[in-house]
Amino acid sequence: MVPAPSALILAPAISEVRSADGNATAELTGAWDIRALETSAKVLQARLRGVARSGIRWDLTRIQRLDHIGALLIWQAWGKRRPVHLALPPHLEIFFNNLDAPKTRDVEPPGRDPLAIVRALGSRMLLAVEHGAGIIRLLGQVLIDSAALVRNPTLGPWREISASVYRIGGQALGITAMVGFLIGIVLSYLSSEQLKAVGANGLIVNILGIGIIRELGPVITAVLVAGRSGSSITAQLGVMRVTEELDALSVMGIPHTVRLILPKIIALAIALPLLILWTSGIALVGGAVAASHTLGITVHTFLTSLPVVVPGINLWLSIGKGVVFGVLIALTACHFGMRVQPNTESLGAGTTNSVVTSITVVIVADAILAVLFADLGINLL
Amino acid sequence: MTPIIEVEGLWTRFGDHVVHQDLSLTVNPGEVVSLVGGSGSGKTTLMRQMLGLEQPSQGRVKVFGISLHDSDTATLKKIRKRWGVLFQEGALYSALSVYDNIALPLRELRVFDEDFVHDMVMLKLDMVDIERRHAWKMPSDLSGGMIKRIALARALVLEPELIFLDEPTAGLDPDRSESFVTLIQSLHKKLNLTVVMVTHDLDTLVSLSDKIAVLADQKVIVYGSLAEAVAVHHPFIFKFFLGERGLRALSAAGSSINLDGLRKA
Repeated sequence: MVPAPSALILAPAISEVRSADGNATAELTGAWDIRALETSAKVLQARLRGVARSGIRWDLTRIQRLDHIGALLIWQAWGKRRPVHLALPPHLEIFFNNLDAPKTRDVEPPGRDPLAIVRALGSRMLLAVEHGAGIIRLLGQVLIDSAALVRNPTLGPWREISASVYRIGGQALGITAMVGFLIGIVLSYLSSEQLKAVGANGLIVNILGIGIIRELGPVITAVLVAGRSGSSITAQLGVMRVTEELDALSVMGIPHTVRLILPKIIALAIALPLLILWTSGIALVGGAVAASHTLGITVHTFLTSLPVVVPGINLWLSIGKGVVFGVLIALTACHFGMRVQPNTESLGAGTTNSVVTSITVVIVADAILAVLFADLGINLL
Repeated sequence: MTPIIEVEGLWTRFGDHVVHQDLSLTVNPGEVVSLVGGSGSGKTTLMRQMLGLEQPSQGRVKVFGISLHDSDTATLKKIRKRWGVLFQEGALYSALSVYDNIALPLRELRVFDEDFVHDMVMLKLDMVDIERRHAWKMPSDLSGGMIKRIALARALVLEPELIFLDEPTAGLDPDRSESFVTLIQSLHKKLNLTVVMVTHDLDTLVSLSDKIAVLADQKVIVYGSLAEAVAVHHPFIFKFFLGERGLRALSAAGSSINLDGLRKA
């Protein structure tokens, strides 16, 4: 900023003066700095462009203040080069020097690709394959690194496993119970309306028993856990990657697969089946309570006839699903966590991708299991 | 001449721990002032209070003659356009490219067209000696030295009168910190900036500062030129300036301070 000669700083202005010999001169006066231009840049820019034409003389000697913003505005009006007739005081030279002689060549921003959509589709497909391969590779690496634990079990991350079981399972008891109870009630109400119409009230136990224990319990719990614990696992590993904590573990000779990923996989494989049993149980209680209201089937009758109409194998199927879903959620969450790049956007995107992918994977796995075990554990009437 | 920054009777307490006790400091236009002190002496806290990021427990901080504590948001917004800040790690927005990082403050004004923004960004990149081809890179693809230069370009884009530098050369190799110091020196001369910086690096301190404010015992124990600061008898000053590293930096700067006399004292 160039100090003004007088105390009074005037607003920036342009005036066109015509001298006796017929030459026009554009005279710039006042303060041409950010403080003044912030409000009047648009007007002055238009005015400068209106005045600028070949042959006109420029007089900048009466400018009170100038900075790079003002200089650039004037220089752009000149057509990005100095005019032939220019009166520029020496103390203002520095503001135009860099503009006249750029130190390096301008490089255009990477332009738009006409095939962007096709390319995006293709790269997404390849990325999906890459994620799949990455998850399988991660599982393999965990198994290889865990082999040492078979020989020396004292090296195992037992404390981490127990802490994770508590965080993933214990702390989720409340939310899963509430969701399970409400789903049981809703399902029971809706089904009982239909059953009343055909006079098959007793079938409510079959519908809720099979539906909740085989399908709804495992899937809903898995979705809740994927959202709750999957996201936190991804974020935790992602931040550790960003802060180089993972590298710090590696250089100490502690494989992060064993210390960080294995505990999550084992903890989810233990906690998810238990949570599924808990959620299914509460959902059945909710269903039974609703059924006693709508159909007059007492809770006692409901619970005693449950083991008769729902074969025990369904419970094992439910537990088995829990183990499979748990391992899948843990692997997906860890895989996305390990891929987080050191910037804020990547962490957010990684967490979102992790949750969406693990929920999708759970539902796909559920469909496959449903087909594989289609004729197991269902009593035909 | 009205001072750029005035700190008066400032107290900072964190629970029972008193960091600043009745501290006062004035920075005049065009000065380069360095805040030095041991760790925990509250240099960074003081700087954050000058920026309005933290509230002192007691006392007032005025920047450009305007109190930071009891002004309305419109006034504060005006002040914030007149200063630039270089954070220790650069604090570039990691989701934006180099170009968009520097363009952001300009675009926020909503008065300049994109052609103007483009030329301004390129001009600022020239000023901090960054090649224009780096404009389209993301901050995560840059080295620490480049991040600092680009953060400086962003801090300078609205032509500030006052600039804050938090550890400007921390994390740079000697060669790069040397050139960064030269860069700040030339910008200071060219733009007539007022500079307030926090630094631990003696070489930076010696080569840049007009005035040094030494923070110890919860206050500014000395505020003056390097020679004046070194002449004060205080255990911190003795350790900081007259240790082996301090003496090396002082003698390398070829300062006119009589070191032998000081050492005997």
